[in-house]
Amino acid sequence: MRRPERVRSHLSGPWYNCRMTKPTYAIEATDLTKSYGKNHVLKGINLKVERGTMLALLGPNGAGKTTTVRILSTLLPFDGGTVTVEGHDVRTQPDEVRRVIGLTGQSAAVDELLTGRENLTMMGQLYRLTAASAKARAQELLEEFDLVEAAERPAKTYSGGMRRRLDLAVSLIATPPIIFLDEPTTGLDPRSRIAMWDIIKRLMANGTTILLTTQYLEEADQLADRIVVIDGGKVIAEGTAGELKSKVGKDRLELTFESTAALEKAGKALGKTVVDTNAKDYTATVVIQDINTDVKNTLAALEREHVKLVSMAVHKPTLDDVFLSLTGKQKAAEPNDQKKEAK
Amino acid sequence: MATELVFSKQPKWALAALDSLIMIKRSSMHILRNRDQLLGTFFQPIMFLVLFASVFGGAISKALPPGVSYLNFLLAGIIVQTLAFGSSTTAIAICNDMQKGIVDRFRSLPMSNLAVLNGHVVSDLFRNGFSTVIMLLAGVVMGFRSSASLTDWLLIAGILALFTLTFSWLSAIMGVLADSVEGVQWLSFIIVFPLTFASSAFAPTDSMNKYLKLFAENQPITHIIEAVRALILHRPIGDHGWLAAAWCVGVLIVAIPLASYLFRHKTTK
Repeated sequence: MRRPERVRSHLSGPWYNCRMTKPTYAIEATDLTKSYGKNHVLKGINLKVERGTMLALLGPNGAGKTTTVRILSTLLPFDGGTVTVEGHDVRTQPDEVRRVIGLTGQSAAVDELLTGRENLTMMGQLYRLTAASAKARAQELLEEFDLVEAAERPAKTYSGGMRRRLDLAVSLIATPPIIFLDEPTTGLDPRSRIAMWDIIKRLMANGTTILLTTQYLEEADQLADRIVVIDGGKVIAEGTAGELKSKVGKDRLELTFESTAALEKAGKALGKTVVDTNAKDYTATVVIQDINTDVKNTLAALEREHVKLVSMAVHKPTLDDVFLSLTGKQKAAEPNDQKKEAK
Repeated sequence: MATELVFSKQPKWALAALDSLIMIKRSSMHILRNRDQLLGTFFQPIMFLVLFASVFGGAISKALPPGVSYLNFLLAGIIVQTLAFGSSTTAIAICNDMQKGIVDRFRSLPMSNLAVLNGHVVSDLFRNGFSTVIMLLAGVVMGFRSSASLTDWLLIAGILALFTLTFSWLSAIMGVLADSVEGVQWLSFIIVFPLTFASSAFAPTDSMNKYLKLFAENQPITHIIEAVRALILHRPIGDHGWLAAAWCVGVLIVAIPLASYLFRHKTTK
């Protein structure tokens, strides 16, 4: 029901005409560089986001994610390279860019003394909506983001999750076709995080182009069409979640036994599916290629040899694993890495 | 279900003016919702007036021209001092915005950047106007009487408004540059306090030493105080009126573009 109507409301905006010309990519950054004195924050970032898709910018703290988003959203000048958003040059046409983007930053940028509703209508009017239209849209967003009850309360009384929802609602007030989400779930409790994911998924279903930054592999995996991994101001890998994961490695099954003898017996039973053993803890690690068959087969093999298990745990690949496999080093080894790059 | 969005189609300057109006509304709402500050706005002028009139009144009245009561002499000085201190809240409000993500939000919108500063400066004018009215009422209760005509009062209001705008724009520059609210408060105190005391605000300048007198008689705040005082006491205004206006307009011509330049520049860091 809602979907075609929302798409139509895109077309009523001032970006109607630029949608007609249709540049290939909604966001395009080429050889983007940025330095603060001798501190080279971005060392040549290349990004392309196709219209209507989500790109996740994945990286640890200090990788340059926020700097990139601030540049793409016209907030920060940059040193080298070109950036276009919906075909508009960020440097020479910042106002045109601002009309087609919404930004949800890391620190929820809402006015704490104003109520949720006042925040929404004010921002709507600043987006050039008429007062009546801003009001109607505010009501719609309050309903959509489950903020109706809190609508007349000052935003400073909101919980962390509510504040983020309000912040995101504010960026959507004029239904911009492009949204930047800078770590939208950092610091949220699990329930608020899942609520936020649902909202983001709905946005995607409406055809919004999204650039999301995150430090969580799981988040990028859950939401994004494509993932760009950055570290130390450079893109170190990109692809779909599946492509990256195959580079990173699969889920692992960690099996703990009661003795060295049991561990050895298990090693024989499981053969070459075992990738790692730890004699001290009596543990063996098995790579899971297919969750539906491999766990069952592993347990069946142990059962056949009458090996008793003490415990069993599944480990998902983490961001650490990404860096381990992409750079061949732990994150702690990063300074060395950068020195090499500098040469 | 989704509502059709309607965008206003107005010329650029009209939209920029609308941005400022929206921001003025926002800052005014801040003032009304900040209860502690509002109480201060109400009581501080009364406290100043009562303290100065009763502490210095007896001693200083001997140095005044005959027929002028200290309360009538003091009111112009204390109003200008209160306005000077009051305009530092512009700096605090702007500094507060700069510390939070809200400035990034505004800057990512297709709005006029100057609107944020405009909002704080103009809403501060309202708040200071309120302070001044409270002070005058308190003065009347304590025995202040003026022979000023309606035209005189309109002139007084004009001079005071111009002065407040000037100080608020200077204050805006401070708010943009400062790194913390504490810093702003400290800085505005050490600027405003000597400026207002080394003037004719609380005592005639005749008894000051040579250098202090030279400064006190020629600095802008004295011209403003003397212009307002002459109007209140219905005396000849002399050169003070046009000098006061010239100072304010001169400072504004520099301060407004400087504040907006610094605002754009600083926020892009």
